[in-house]
Amino acid sequence: MMAQRFIPLWITASLLLVMFLIGSAQFEGFASIRVVTNLFRDNAFLLITALGMTLVIISGGIDLSVGSVIALSGVLTSVLITEYHWHPLQAFALVLPLGTLFGAMMGTIIHVYKLQPFIVTLAGMFLARGMATTISEESIAIDHPFYDAIADLSIALPGSGSLDISSLIFILFFIIIATVMHYSRFGTNVYALGGNAQSAELMGVSIAKTTISIYALSSFLATLAGIVFTFYTFSGYALGAVGVELDAIAAVVIGGTLLTGGRGFVLGTVLGVFLMGVIQTYITFDGTLSSWWTKIVIGLLLFFFIVLQKLLNGRKPSHG
Amino acid sequence: MKSSAEMISPEALPMAQSSQQAMNKEKTDRYQAGKSASFGRYLWPLLALTLLLLVNLFIDSSFFHLTYQDDRLYGSLIDILNRSAPVALLAIGMSLVIATGGIDLSVGAVMAIVGAVCANLLLIPDISLVTVILAGLIVGLAAGSINGALVSFLGIQPIVATLLLMVAGRGVAQLINQGQIITFQHEGFAAIGVGQFLGLPMPIWIVVGMLLLSQLLLRKTALGLFIEAVGCNAKASRYLGINDKSIKIFAYAIAGLCAALAGMISTADIQGSDANNIGLWLELDAILAVVIGGAALTGGRFSLVLSIIGALIIQTLATTIIVSGLPAKFNLLIKAIVILSVLLLQSEKFRRQLSGLFKLGIFNNAKAGDKK
Amino acid sequence: MSLILELNNISKHYPGVKALEEVSLRLCSGEVHALLGENGAGKSTLVKVMTGAQSKDSGDIVFLGEKQHFCTPIEAQKVGISTVYQEVNLLPNLSVAQNLFLGHEPKRFGLIHFNKMYTDARSVLTQFKLDIDVTAPLSQYSIAVQQLIAIARGVAMSAKVLVLDEPTASLDADEVQVLFGILNQLKQKGVAIVFITHFLDQVYQISDRITVLRNGRFIGEYLTSELPQTQLIEAMLGRSLQAQLVDKKSDDNAVKATTAVLLSLESVSVKGSIQAMTLTVPKGQAVGLAGLLGSGRSEVCNAVFGLDLLESGSIHLAGKKLHLSQPVDAIHAGIALCPEDRKVDGIIGPLSIRENIILALQASVGWWRCLSKARQEEIAQFFIDKLQIATPDADKPIEQLSGGNQQKVILARWLAIEPILLVLDEPTRGIDIGAHAEIIKLIRSLCDDGMSLLVASSELDELVAFSNKVVVMRDRYAVRELTGLELTSQHVMQAIAEG
Repeated sequence: MMAQRFIPLWITASLLLVMFLIGSAQFEGFASIRVVTNLFRDNAFLLITALGMTLVIISGGIDLSVGSVIALSGVLTSVLITEYHWHPLQAFALVLPLGTLFGAMMGTIIHVYKLQPFIVTLAGMFLARGMATTISEESIAIDHPFYDAIADLSIALPGSGSLDISSLIFILFFIIIATVMHYSRFGTNVYALGGNAQSAELMGVSIAKTTISIYALSSFLATLAGIVFTFYTFSGYALGAVGVELDAIAAVVIGGTLLTGGRGFVLGTVLGVFLMGVIQTYITFDGTLSSWWTKIVIGLLLFFFIVLQKLLNGRKPSHG
Repeated sequence: MKSSAEMISPEALPMAQSSQQAMNKEKTDRYQAGKSASFGRYLWPLLALTLLLLVNLFIDSSFFHLTYQDDRLYGSLIDILNRSAPVALLAIGMSLVIATGGIDLSVGAVMAIVGAVCANLLLIPDISLVTVILAGLIVGLAAGSINGALVSFLGIQPIVATLLLMVAGRGVAQLINQGQIITFQHEGFAAIGVGQFLGLPMPIWIVVGMLLLSQLLLRKTALGLFIEAVGCNAKASRYLGINDKSIKIFAYAIAGLCAALAGMISTADIQGSDANNIGLWLELDAILAVVIGGAALTGGRFSLVLSIIGALIIQTLATTIIVSGLPAKFNLLIKAIVILSVLLLQSEKFRRQLSGLFKLGIFNNAKAGDKK
Repeated sequence: MSLILELNNISKHYPGVKALEEVSLRLCSGEVHALLGENGAGKSTLVKVMTGAQSKDSGDIVFLGEKQHFCTPIEAQKVGISTVYQEVNLLPNLSVAQNLFLGHEPKRFGLIHFNKMYTDARSVLTQFKLDIDVTAPLSQYSIAVQQLIAIARGVAMSAKVLVLDEPTASLDADEVQVLFGILNQLKQKGVAIVFITHFLDQVYQISDRITVLRNGRFIGEYLTSELPQTQLIEAMLGRSLQAQLVDKKSDDNAVKATTAVLLSLESVSVKGSIQAMTLTVPKGQAVGLAGLLGSGRSEVCNAVFGLDLLESGSIHLAGKKLHLSQPVDAIHAGIALCPEDRKVDGIIGPLSIRENIILALQASVGWWRCLSKARQEEIAQFFIDKLQIATPDADKPIEQLSGGNQQKVILARWLAIEPILLVLDEPTRGIDIGAHAEIIKLIRSLCDDGMSLLVASSELDELVAFSNKVVVMRDRYAVRELTGLELTSQHVMQAIAEG
């Protein structure tokens, strides 16, 4: 018997493969390294955000603030660089801890005041967006030699594809997060919290420490995604990255993570983002299909995976 | 009102253990406090609204000024009422959904779908206004019923079930519009958004009408009570013969209906359907309105009037920011701070910490006084 | 044997319920100490206080001569008190090995050393004669296996005190013997074991001493070898009622016995709870269901109310066969149930007394025809007066009432729809002793008014006091039916003990 928990992962992977094969069969140039590396490049910031979202959702929570945190991080970074003439690395060194602190505060409020993550991170979403617009409502272009250097930095691959710095950052953090989730005590605690917080507490897991760390980590990754997003757009914009939290949540669910928590894989989320990306690419290649089909197809995919999860879980012997 | 109850109970507790009488007294006290708390339920949101309005009056002395022109009242107060109409409508439906212990993230997307359906129907020559409005309402009801069915029959968490339509809904609306912004010329329909009746803008009347209708439906029948019972304890409600699944579907259907009305107002307002932007993030404002109105997200008691006051507070806040000359960019930040304060005040632990701080303050002051 | 853990005069109150009142427990190293009592006696609460999962209101915990204040389970675990809670409190989504070692995972280079963890897990489980895939998620295994894994986790923690709350509830006889073998080994190592169970034969097989609780109070501490089973049952079930209540037995019993049958169960079986249960309730009579916890008495109530689906057999009410798939079906047929867990299944906490009383009536009339406020108040006031519900007015939220008054409100809720058959599951549980008598009086007056009742209770004296007939259950079967002169608590107790 194949382990049940891998079934959604396999389905996502197969769908991704099927989608890719359909695209390749239909369009010339679809099956190229370039298309694949572009998937990485275009989705790097979403991938990084979705890593954090996976953690939060596995723990049984949700983080609606990530889109706004991306915008805030981008705006703050670009303001520090262009108006205060900081070196980008200095700016990153300030922005990243600040972002992490933001998440830690949300985690603290959720834990201490026993408020629902949904509503607390919703407030966080408004707060981060509000701070971003307060700093600047305009899009701030970044013109710094460091950014030019970063743009040129990439690993060339055959077939005119190349992995840029953003993709590399994602790959690095994917490895780190996957290792943390599957090989560290903290990772086990995250799963434990999502499985049953009460049992986890009775078994000696510190709920406070775990909850706060989870939201801190999610905000850290969103902040990092915001920085990566500035590599992509060469600017910071307070009204950018709207709705990224929904994309991230969708990717997590499509990747086979249980929205009620306790089960899921970081790898699944990555596949989920790629699946959404391939659908997008397919629609772009096709040219006649309109962009709204992406939303509808993603909605249908979500429905499919949620019902699938229901069916898979309905079969397990449940008690207490 | 609430804080007095908090202050009584810690002292009363040890006594309660020593004698039954003391316990009864404490219970009565708590009960009395609870009674006044239900009065306080109305007090705090109303106080907040009044305070906000007074701030406006302070900044702009002509704020309460109303003029009558072309058979219609004009003035900032009317503006606030008019502009808050979509969120107020959504808040009515959201109150019911939240009362059952659920949440509906899809209402903004439903607004977009309904707007698109109506706008496209209006392109058909000589279509009757009634047909268009009915079609819009039916689409809203259907969307709400789908949400309700997902929640009660498939047992999907409300956040997730309504997330589906939130994501896909806008796609569907764009599909109907074929990605265009569909504009129309139809005086009758436009009147829903910009018309007037008895000197007041039409959206205000729609909100009043929907409020009265819902109040009638909920309080003159047993539906309101059933919704509260299901929200407080779904299992016990099932045990005493209430069909909790139907009740939930009903709540989501009404939320869909309200979203349809809000969608028609917004569409009529700009005489066009913009599937990308109509009702964007309004679901969050609606949830916020209900929460500011004092409802618990865990379900239970609801008050439509309070939720509408919540919607008014949100709109007044936005107006205040404009009137005060602060740049509109502070809008979000201030909104966030308001949400956070409201949320924290709802948490018992925070109130206890706050009243603890307060008592400490009195204590320190008293000590300082002694030293003098 | 030296004293290792002492609990002195522990009290714990919940809103409306006194869970523990001045309860004490003395635990020596190297003993198996059985903690016994019926549901709601306070065993689980005592365990939770002992292990830091819940705070106590008053009293001391002395561990190895030092006063302790455990605020979290982690603190208790650190000093060496490890607990296996009643419901399997493990994480079904994690692997067996992760469940065994959560918080104590072996590490290498800062990362979890999975191979070592799996080897260790296998060797721990070998003791329990369990040969399973330790890498598979826990949810794949049966409740019995999960229970053993939970116990194995407690044992693997090498604690000084091991608390087992109903560890054998889902184990078969062989598994129980394996467990007892391990407990005996632990005993020899000097571990003190608190053993909570409702299987009395297991108590006699494994335990050295017994502490009995009843209704949140300490009843006594006994040496197992010196306490006969009937006395133990007496201590657990109590003889708390005043003589005037016990002396009921109106002479019309015999007359009533000939009246028509209202409810009949014919060899009803429900998966995992009752087997081939046959039972009749005559019109205008009260039938009691006696038996220890887990004997199936509550499950009969659930089956009659349509909460549990029948596997086989049939239920007839007034001659008509019932098809019950949900509570509404039972309500329409005229059956009402006051559930065992009042807080979770009964009251709708934040709603007022008035609303709680009229809800069932309103639900049966339908949503469209709303009872007017005046009618609601009239009904509520009628029952507040009739049942003497202690409240200043009908608008008080029911959650603020005491347990006894809450129970009366729930009774009123059903009386308002005038059911043919009223099923009461533990009507006097978690209620002040004074309120017991009132509820009993009420039950008797209902019978006199011609209503039929089916009552499951662990309070034998009370059951005997108001029942015309008592059906004794044991291990999911009905073993005896007692009527007339046989109907004394002594006989019932004997039937429970001997079958």
